[in-house]
Amino acid sequence: MRVLVTGGRGLLGEAVVAELIRRGHRVTSFQRTTAGHRPGVVERLGDVTDADAVHAAVAGHDAVVHLAAKVSIVGRWAEFERVNVGGTRNVLDAVAAHGITRLVHVSSPSVAHAGRPLVGVPAAPADPAAARGHYARSKAQAEGLVLADVPAGVHLAVLRPHLVWGPGDEQLVGPIVDRARRHRLFLIDRGVALVDTLYVDNAGSAVAQALERCHLPEVARRPLVVTNGEPRTLAEMIDRIAAAAGAPGPRGSLPYPVAKVAAVGVERVWSALGRTDDPPLTAFLAEQLATAHWFDQRATREALAWAPEISVDEGFRRLAAWFGSPVPRPAATSAPRP
Amino acid sequence: MTAYDPACLPPDDLPGLDRAWSRLVTGTSGDGEKRTWHVLDTHADGDEPAALTLLCVHGNPTWSYTWRSLLAAAPDDVRVVAADQLDMGFSERTGVDRTLAMRIDDLDGVVDALDLRGPIVAVAHDWGGPIALGWSLRHRDVLAGVVLLNTAVHQPREALPPAVIRGVRSRPLLWTSTVGTKGFITGTTLLSRPTMSRAVARAYAAPYATAERRLAIGQFVADIPLEDDHPSRATLDGIADQVGELDVPALFLWGPGDPVFSDRYLRDLAARMPQADIHRYEGARHLVIEDAPTIADDLLSWVDDLRDGPGNGAAAEALAGAGEPLWQRLSERARTAPDGPALVEPAADGWRTIRWGRLSANVERIARGLHARGVRPGDRVAVLITPGADLLAVVYACWRLGAVVVVTDAGLGARGIVRALRGSGPRFAVAIPRAERLLRFGRVGGTVIPSRDLVAIADEGDIAPPLPSAPGADDDAVIAFTSGSTGPAKGVAYTHAQVQRTRDLLARHYGLGEEDGLVAAFAPWALLGPALGIPSVLPRMDLSVPDSLTASALADAVTAGHGTVLWASPAALANVLRTQDSLDASGRRSLEQLRLVLGAGAPVSSATLHGIRRLCPKASIRTPYGMTEVLPVAEATIDDIDAAGPGEGVLVGRPLPGVSVMISAVDREGRAVGVPATDADVLGEVLVAAPHGKSRYDRLWATERASSRDAGWHRTGDLGHLDTQGWLWIEGRLAHVITTPEGPVGPVGIEQSAQRVPGVEQAAAVGVGPVGTQQVVVVVVSPGSRRGVADPALSEQVREAVGVPVAAVLVRDDLPVDIRHRAKIDRTAVGRWAAGILEGRRRP
Repeated sequence: MRVLVTGGRGLLGEAVVAELIRRGHRVTSFQRTTAGHRPGVVERLGDVTDADAVHAAVAGHDAVVHLAAKVSIVGRWAEFERVNVGGTRNVLDAVAAHGITRLVHVSSPSVAHAGRPLVGVPAAPADPAAARGHYARSKAQAEGLVLADVPAGVHLAVLRPHLVWGPGDEQLVGPIVDRARRHRLFLIDRGVALVDTLYVDNAGSAVAQALERCHLPEVARRPLVVTNGEPRTLAEMIDRIAAAAGAPGPRGSLPYPVAKVAAVGVERVWSALGRTDDPPLTAFLAEQLATAHWFDQRATREALAWAPEISVDEGFRRLAAWFGSPVPRPAATSAPRP
Repeated sequence: MTAYDPACLPPDDLPGLDRAWSRLVTGTSGDGEKRTWHVLDTHADGDEPAALTLLCVHGNPTWSYTWRSLLAAAPDDVRVVAADQLDMGFSERTGVDRTLAMRIDDLDGVVDALDLRGPIVAVAHDWGGPIALGWSLRHRDVLAGVVLLNTAVHQPREALPPAVIRGVRSRPLLWTSTVGTKGFITGTTLLSRPTMSRAVARAYAAPYATAERRLAIGQFVADIPLEDDHPSRATLDGIADQVGELDVPALFLWGPGDPVFSDRYLRDLAARMPQADIHRYEGARHLVIEDAPTIADDLLSWVDDLRDGPGNGAAAEALAGAGEPLWQRLSERARTAPDGPALVEPAADGWRTIRWGRLSANVERIARGLHARGVRPGDRVAVLITPGADLLAVVYACWRLGAVVVVTDAGLGARGIVRALRGSGPRFAVAIPRAERLLRFGRVGGTVIPSRDLVAIADEGDIAPPLPSAPGADDDAVIAFTSGSTGPAKGVAYTHAQVQRTRDLLARHYGLGEEDGLVAAFAPWALLGPALGIPSVLPRMDLSVPDSLTASALADAVTAGHGTVLWASPAALANVLRTQDSLDASGRRSLEQLRLVLGAGAPVSSATLHGIRRLCPKASIRTPYGMTEVLPVAEATIDDIDAAGPGEGVLVGRPLPGVSVMISAVDREGRAVGVPATDADVLGEVLVAAPHGKSRYDRLWATERASSRDAGWHRTGDLGHLDTQGWLWIEGRLAHVITTPEGPVGPVGIEQSAQRVPGVEQAAAVGVGPVGTQQVVVVVVSPGSRRGVADPALSEQVREAVGVPVAAVLVRDDLPVDIRHRAKIDRTAVGRWAAGILEGRRRP
């Protein structure tokens, strides 16, 4: 298949591109900045908010994997709407205009998360009104848009990968390691909530599988949450990420009410200073870090005929190898800390 | 007439109510006028014929809405009809004060108007009971059965009416609580447990929005005949006197937590209709149909059995036959060795020996004395006496007399004992002073006979008339209770024949003979010595606290009573090992006398077994497996366990002679739905067929039906598998199965592996998350580790030790265990705790 991948540059994008290539597809990566040479990949530079650029890129392909999105915990709503909703609109229009037969829309489990603990739940309908934060709300709108407006005759799959991580990850792994190295890593409520994650290679194979199976009734137009199916406590995830980088573990834990108050303060300061970078803590993040979110993967695995190849344990071995540090995590973290 | 509201249809947004069920029906009422009823009817369209009709009568202050779960669950060929009584629900407001007799006529009227033909099963709740029964007595030609939920037909003379009713009936309160305000309605729905949703509570109140619409609620209460000259008195008394003539099948479904219709009304009804099947929903209250979610299904199963006859269960009873009476060997020993010891028990200054002759004589005297005091064959007698001579004498006296012994043990805890006793409804209780207080405080009911009166009772027995003839083999002998590790303790009824067969199996299998002495470190086994004809020895310990048995106390008991056989729970054996250093040389020699050590009640660790082998080198060391419902089932020796090595679960061995075991595989949702089979390595519920098993669960009709739904087999609720040798392994309780996306897993195998990790003293494996997609969480007790999420090193070790994916390892200071055995982990409670933490809702 000739496949256009929007947002083919990020952590997930590169995994998807690599997996599609491995499976023998011809891949064009639509992205804002070049990633340098990748064997077999055609790069096409452009922005999803630019309708003409999207049209030009989509032309000549059989399928589109739509990954491009603004992912952040802060920022103005207009910006999220422009990229995540407007960009999706552009992709849909182009898909309709150029005879595309398959579309994989990559969404997020946060589109159906109203802040309560999620414990082994299947994918619920996206709910922009209840979604927490600009990112989740814009992705919820985008998903609704795709499901409502996908052209007849286009096979649509909607995947919601949860907390993708792996070597080179700048969303989750990067900040944790950075803060751990500066001894500024704290847990909230001791990090006891169970959280699902998805190792990046598994995300790549799930998206590729969805692309190849989106004509099947069990996949078509049915949002599927994708995870490793191995929920772990947040404390364990953070600790092992830090350990993989050879960095010290969390220095302690804040009770959730304290963290929430602190987060509100931080958000005000950031807003007053007009800063656009991510603050160390937001109320949304504090809530996310203190409540469980893990998912029922049975329907996903059955529909996609897919299971993650890389376990959480293997993922950490790979992450440690990437950081170039030795593997023996328990010894490293059970040593007394200052 | 126009001043009163006509009948109308209910609003269409009431939860659980299907609009299609509602209709208005006009017919001749009890006051002679044409009236209109609001009726719920599964066959409102009249299309499909019904094989059977359930005619449901609500009480006060409810309406036919209360029957909605029954309408929803009924199969197509069962018609469910529930009319709102006139002046109630959405039926016509008549302005006529209705008496009980008139309400029965009203029911006749609506049945005529609907042209209901038989067979009809009358179903009623609360004050609907007398109405339905009154109607039933008039229509025995079409009556196929009676189902009653928390109701009454008679106020027992010896007791005051319920305080709630007296209060509401008192003049100052009657109008205010029932009509002037919604107090009575709100109070009724507020009583429901678990708490009723607000939408359902609102639906109950929906037809009673104004004082005018509530008039009949007050009038209905006023019609309760508390006084002798009350206009409805004669009608109610007539019904009470005649219900005994209803020889149709009956089912009583009861919420024991009802402050109005308490257990004593259940007892009264059960005495009037002894054929009734009974199910008490522990924890449920007055609105039992709301509180017990399974009630509609249970009721319909019962109705199903009415039509088809019970499908099963009866087959196991085929081999009933008269064995030796339970007191036979006691009598024989009294003749052949009157001075030989029957019981050796600790006394203040050493040991007290009760000889066969004396014990046998006391049994006979007390039996007569109890009979003289009114205890009759078939009466239930709760025996709350600490193990010892008095306990043995009273139990065997009851057996000889034909009374049914209700035995609880301190292992249930005070609340558990009260709950168990209330459930079994004893007519008498023989109790030590401490237990007397418990009986009174717990309002158990029945006549209390203080144990200190036993001497006097025995003396009375000397001059009392002879006893009635001995009970038959199929008469009930005993009600015992499960330890309640997966819910409230269940009463288990055994007939004489079943206790006899248990005795005979033990005697045969263990070769028990006159030369043996049974050291009973677990209370129930002290009871069987006289039946076996062997002396019993009670060690100096608190028999209700298994781990209070020390090594020296055991050695002293063996010496004093020439003990050869020890029956103890694993916790007791473990404590013997812990305290073995205090043994002197003679104590060690005493323990070497033991020829047989039985560790039963819970799994025994290999380390404990080997420790006991070193202490008791001549003893055959075995771990019988069984349960309150059937014991023993299977047995493994220490050598079997060593040879098998570690496996998934606890090896309990090969079924004993005459016992069969099968497995009903669990599905991915953890339900034991597999066709029972003996295939190897299939995880499922353990089924047992044994001639010495229980007769039935007591007053738990639905539980009994479920447990014996495979003809001739008892579903144990235990989870396990058979190996390729046909040996049985137990992997926990069915209720504790962990349903991972990869399939169901038993907790015990995981726990055993986790306990092999250095520093882990105890472990519980639980599932968190929804059924079918649960994650395994291992909760460990590991001294020195901080409570909460285990540190990375410990987590890693536990994960490596257990063979399945583990989402989290948590640390606790201790694990909740049952009181009786101090061994059975309450995994349900542990699971709730773990789930709360891992949701981020509860702090560790």
